[in-house]
Amino acid sequence: MSITLSENAAKHVANFITKRGKGVGVRIGVKTAGCSGMSYKLEFADEAAPEDVVFESRGVKVLVDPKSLPYVDGTELDYAREGLNEGFRFNNPNVKDQCGCGESFNV
Amino acid sequence: MALLQIAEPGQSAVPHQHRLAVGIDLGTTNSIVATVRNGIAVVLQDEAGRSMLPSIVRYRADGIVEVGHAAQARQALDPRNTIVSVKRFMGRGLKDVAHIETVPYDFVDSEGMVRLRTVAGVKSPVEVSAEILRALRQRAEASLGGELVGAVITVPAYFDDAQRQATKDAARLAGLNVLRLLNEPTAAAIAYGLDNASEGVYAVFDLGGGTFDISILRLSRGVFEVLATNGDASLGGDDFDHRVYCWMIDEAKIRFPSIEDTRRLLLKAREAKEMLTGHEEAPVHAVLATGDSVDLTLRADTFAGITRTLVSKTLAPTRKALRDAGLTVADIKGVVMVGGATRMPQVQRAVAEFFGQEPLTNLDPDKVVALGAATQANVLAGNRAGADDWLLLDVIPLSLGMETMGGLVEKVIPRNATIPVAKAQDFTTFKDGQTAMSFHVVQGEREMAGDCRSLARFELRGIPPMVAGAARIRVTFQVDADGLLSVSAREMTSGVEASIAVKPSYGLTDSEIAGMLKDSLEHIADDVQARSLREQQVEAQRLLESVEAALAADGQLLRPDERADIAEEIAVLRQRIGGSDARAIKAAIDSLNAATQDFAARRMDQSVRRVLSGQKVIDLKL
Repeated sequence: MSITLSENAAKHVANFITKRGKGVGVRIGVKTAGCSGMSYKLEFADEAAPEDVVFESRGVKVLVDPKSLPYVDGTELDYAREGLNEGFRFNNPNVKDQCGCGESFNV
Repeated sequence: MALLQIAEPGQSAVPHQHRLAVGIDLGTTNSIVATVRNGIAVVLQDEAGRSMLPSIVRYRADGIVEVGHAAQARQALDPRNTIVSVKRFMGRGLKDVAHIETVPYDFVDSEGMVRLRTVAGVKSPVEVSAEILRALRQRAEASLGGELVGAVITVPAYFDDAQRQATKDAARLAGLNVLRLLNEPTAAAIAYGLDNASEGVYAVFDLGGGTFDISILRLSRGVFEVLATNGDASLGGDDFDHRVYCWMIDEAKIRFPSIEDTRRLLLKAREAKEMLTGHEEAPVHAVLATGDSVDLTLRADTFAGITRTLVSKTLAPTRKALRDAGLTVADIKGVVMVGGATRMPQVQRAVAEFFGQEPLTNLDPDKVVALGAATQANVLAGNRAGADDWLLLDVIPLSLGMETMGGLVEKVIPRNATIPVAKAQDFTTFKDGQTAMSFHVVQGEREMAGDCRSLARFELRGIPPMVAGAARIRVTFQVDADGLLSVSAREMTSGVEASIAVKPSYGLTDSEIAGMLKDSLEHIADDVQARSLREQQVEAQRLLESVEAALAADGQLLRPDERADIAEEIAVLRQRIGGSDARAIKAAIDSLNAATQDFAARRMDQSVRRVLSGQKVIDLKL
């Protein structure tokens, strides 16, 4: 089981955490919402919960709660630029189908 | 897929419900839009990677409006229709505008706010500002990938109600939801306060393109309190350009510069000023419309000399603000520099000398206000946990009062009162049996109403007849968090009441705004209709041509009555095609299509038969 960050994503996460001044890593998860069933959760993590599964990729800690893990296992988090917009993208091998905008998906 | 941002713990947005909010520094010279992304305030750039949008709008004869760099590029060629520094005219009458003789616009002194006649019609400063805000909104929506929930827009602390209202009106016209108007120094303090989190009393020295503001703020336990503000609403970097321009005119002995020359020389003046921030001297080259060329060198000490009075003009309001706050220079823990003009070495020297300490310049003085506004917008849009919320105290820049008998001013809310605030004061009748009373709301520090800015007038009628002095009329002044005033008057014995949300006499009226909004909405509808009509006409034309070609070729396949039917449908469509009812055209297209369906099928059969006749199945090359 693993979750990884692309080099670009790792650089940005580390940078954001430094500027923010606190945080042990980034938390990834899913919740049931959106037009296709599930949506991603991407948050700063101030502390690890006891049940969290913790991965480390390129020096950045990624925390995932055990319930979310099956849906995001194998994901690579990337940082991309689309025109003026930029942000994180989940390259998630579990996704079967997603809504037009990709904000929600099902497996 | 959509690009995501990292949220604060527990704050992940539901899909399609990101609360996108921005902070906008609507500046005299440049405007900036910023937002909070991944927990950090950042300035949003355009496609070319530029942060600043020049606050310049050019109206073209063909109805196209250019904003920002495109407008700036044409500025020297089309000065009359290229509006720069429009912020100076916001909520202002013609008499309030400084240096009007060097401004190349065709002013229309209409009731209240000054207006500008351009090739695209008469424009109010509110409409011009709305173009700038619209450009920033588009940039933000492209950068953030969604619609904005709202914006925090900054205004100089010195702006009076009329100017604040005008700013809000411009935002509405641009389709922005104003979460709040925020004083620029407060925004700067937020930007600095977050990064430095240091308590104490600070001075914010803001010398922008067109306005100077000095504010004394106290930062304590995350609360920003503005203790006092002062400034000069008509002093800024543009004035330094103007001094250099005058120096150039003198040195080069230019007699009657044309509008284009003035514009060109002012541009050169600005370049020289900016160069002197890092250099000891700056060359000035320009070729005038007459073909004469200007070739000068401006030295840093000459520049400091010709602008000395401008620099010292910033110190008098600074002293006054300190006095208002009841503080001395020794109480000031730090001085925050805001605005591009604070990059000038002579300004930094003067400030350092006055306060006896080096000013803070570690954030970009051009961006600090927008960054603070973005941070505030993020909070107001609900993207932060409640525990982190802070209270923002702002002050009234000028006293608010009421005109009384003899043209005197009775101040109801004193200057520097913190907002939001409500204050009441009792007034009475002047004559026996007086049944109505007229109220004149003014803003300013002068004693005579005529010397203050008139904000609004309203009347209270239906006061029961009483002897003079017996009626008790309670007048309540209320200022909301945006610094906007509403006034109500109530006769205490009878309960009759009248109130007014101050519609400053310099603002646009609600109906004017409604009119403009309606215009633009109506045009949207017109545009959509025109498009669908055109589409139907094209389709009809195509159909007519093909049916007629088919009739000419294979008309013999139809019985006379069928042919008559089709001819009838064709006639109907022909008659409707030139009309303006897209739906009627569509209906005629559909019925002609229906009438020719059999005909089309028979033609198909016939051509198949023609191809197949006399051939063996085996020879067919399918």
